[in-house]
Amino acid sequence: MASDKRLTAEKQAAIQEKKLRKLRRRHVNINTVHVKKSKGKHINGSLAGDISIFILLALLGIFMIFPLYYSIIQSFKPISELFVFPPKLYVISPTTENFSNLFKVAGNLWVPFSRYVFNSVFITVVITIMHVFVCCCCAYVLSKCRFPGYTVANQIIVTSLLFTSTATGIMQFVVMAKMGMINTYWALILPSVATPMGLYLMRQSMSTINDSIIDAAKVDGAGVFRTCWQVVIPNQKPAIATLIIFVFQGAWNVQGGALVYQENLKTLPTIMSQIAAAGIARQGIIYASAVVLMIPPLVIFLIAQSNVMETMANSGMKD
Amino acid sequence: MAKKEAAAVARPINTTSKSAYTWHLVKRNWACYVMMLPFFVLFTIFTIVPVVLSFPLGLTNFNLVQFPRFIGLQNFYSLFVNDDVFLIAIRNTLIFAIFTGPFSYVLSFILAWLINEMNPFFKVFFTFVFYAPSMTPSAFVIWQLVFSGDSYGYLNSVLMDLGIINTAQQWLTDTTYMMTVVIIVQLWMSMGAGFLALRAGFQNIDDSLYEAGAIEGIQNRFQELFTITIPAMGPSLLFAAVLAISGAFTVGGVGATLCGMPSTNYAVHTIMNHAQDYGSIRYEMGYASAICMVLFVAMLVTNHLIRKALSRYTD
Repeated sequence: MASDKRLTAEKQAAIQEKKLRKLRRRHVNINTVHVKKSKGKHINGSLAGDISIFILLALLGIFMIFPLYYSIIQSFKPISELFVFPPKLYVISPTTENFSNLFKVAGNLWVPFSRYVFNSVFITVVITIMHVFVCCCCAYVLSKCRFPGYTVANQIIVTSLLFTSTATGIMQFVVMAKMGMINTYWALILPSVATPMGLYLMRQSMSTINDSIIDAAKVDGAGVFRTCWQVVIPNQKPAIATLIIFVFQGAWNVQGGALVYQENLKTLPTIMSQIAAAGIARQGIIYASAVVLMIPPLVIFLIAQSNVMETMANSGMKD
Repeated sequence: MAKKEAAAVARPINTTSKSAYTWHLVKRNWACYVMMLPFFVLFTIFTIVPVVLSFPLGLTNFNLVQFPRFIGLQNFYSLFVNDDVFLIAIRNTLIFAIFTGPFSYVLSFILAWLINEMNPFFKVFFTFVFYAPSMTPSAFVIWQLVFSGDSYGYLNSVLMDLGIINTAQQWLTDTTYMMTVVIIVQLWMSMGAGFLALRAGFQNIDDSLYEAGAIEGIQNRFQELFTITIPAMGPSLLFAAVLAISGAFTVGGVGATLCGMPSTNYAVHTIMNHAQDYGSIRYEMGYASAICMVLFVAMLVTNHLIRKALSRYTD
């Protein structure tokens, strides 16, 4: 018990010292040389443990990745192999025919295909930027500031996480119709900007930050906004990367549905599902469109995740 | 919390009443309200107003064409007394919630932890592999091929080749297997938002804690996990728990796609399916709202219990 207490005290001291050092470094703004930390694993692990974990993860991984692998394989199969029963797990003669067919169909649409691509990219980028900004501001206030109404605001967020969209969908449409938003970009963008999940994620992550660096910033005369963006946010890279992955993926898959009916406002997923709706004759195209739609979220995922790893490896160095 | 509030802001001398003091605090923290404003304005318009408007809908008879007619608590009465399918749906939802909720939660924690023990390249690689099912929203349709009821289904053909079964099993229409199959697919899909948040939580832990731990004489990974890692990531654990609860209670899409809707004898029919049935097929919106309200209350209670249980690690 005594050693436990000492451990916590030491932990606290270590964190504080580290955070303060980090902060000081930022203030002094010395151009530090970034050295990549060579240590990839924990101090308390053994090699045998590493290997057994790897084998376990690899076995489970095969099970998890199977459908993704299968869709990619299917998209490269020529028509003669697509309908072989039972379906093969490999391609004998891979072809890009499905992809060229997809773009041939897409090229013959009434509205130029590039318009759908533009719509999707525009909506996704705007939602992602707005969401990250709005959520970070609000999350910082909800996690670290104490003011009248603080508890109520937090309760509202946690409760709203549990509400299902099935019941509210109709009323949401009514509200948007009353505001004249139907059939504009706003109808696709605004509902996705203020979602409680992203806010709650950031709030939970920010609440682990040590109060001492915030107090230090306050003493140095930084207001709430500056403290949030110059002190807290730079320490929150893993959470922000995760947030970007979620919001990008959600925004990229926005279907629109009843919210926009004009052809030149529709998004890429909508048009892909319209193309795929032709059924069995376009079997290959269905897989090809799924693979094409998967690429942007996948790229964002890989960039965000590897960035996280790199930042964390760098922050461990001593100055 | 009240203590903290008082400590953070020194009480001014010239205020006397409680309301004046509160107003003083409001004025003093105006920047906080400004920062909250963008989120809460959008959130009120697109979430709170629709939610509040749909509450009274549960007390009406609304078919989307005529104006809602107030019928009091009759929807709730028929739900619990006359609607046999709803009772089946409650039972199924509870079974799903009990099996998928805790399992997916524990599984995503264990996987996030194991991945955290790898070197940086494999961290990204395995995070990607386990998150992949969530990246493609409709990828689980592939399981239809695996569990297909004829002898061409992967599972059937493998089991028949091995001689374990000699006739094709109707995995998706035989009531003895349907529940298990849907639970497996649901667990497979559950490495989503909660899993990534836990990964980020592990990533956020300061390395110096582990160094301190090593100096203190921590022997192995498990000791490290329980003495350092878990206490340091309470908030992420809570986030994943909330997501696991809402995920477990709103199960429905997978069952409907794999087994059809309605499924054989309503074997995988959940409250969510029931709400969709009345909402988007029969257009009885009042009844559908009542169903969603029951679901919401159930989730609220569970959430409260989980927060109680995890309160040791948070705040």
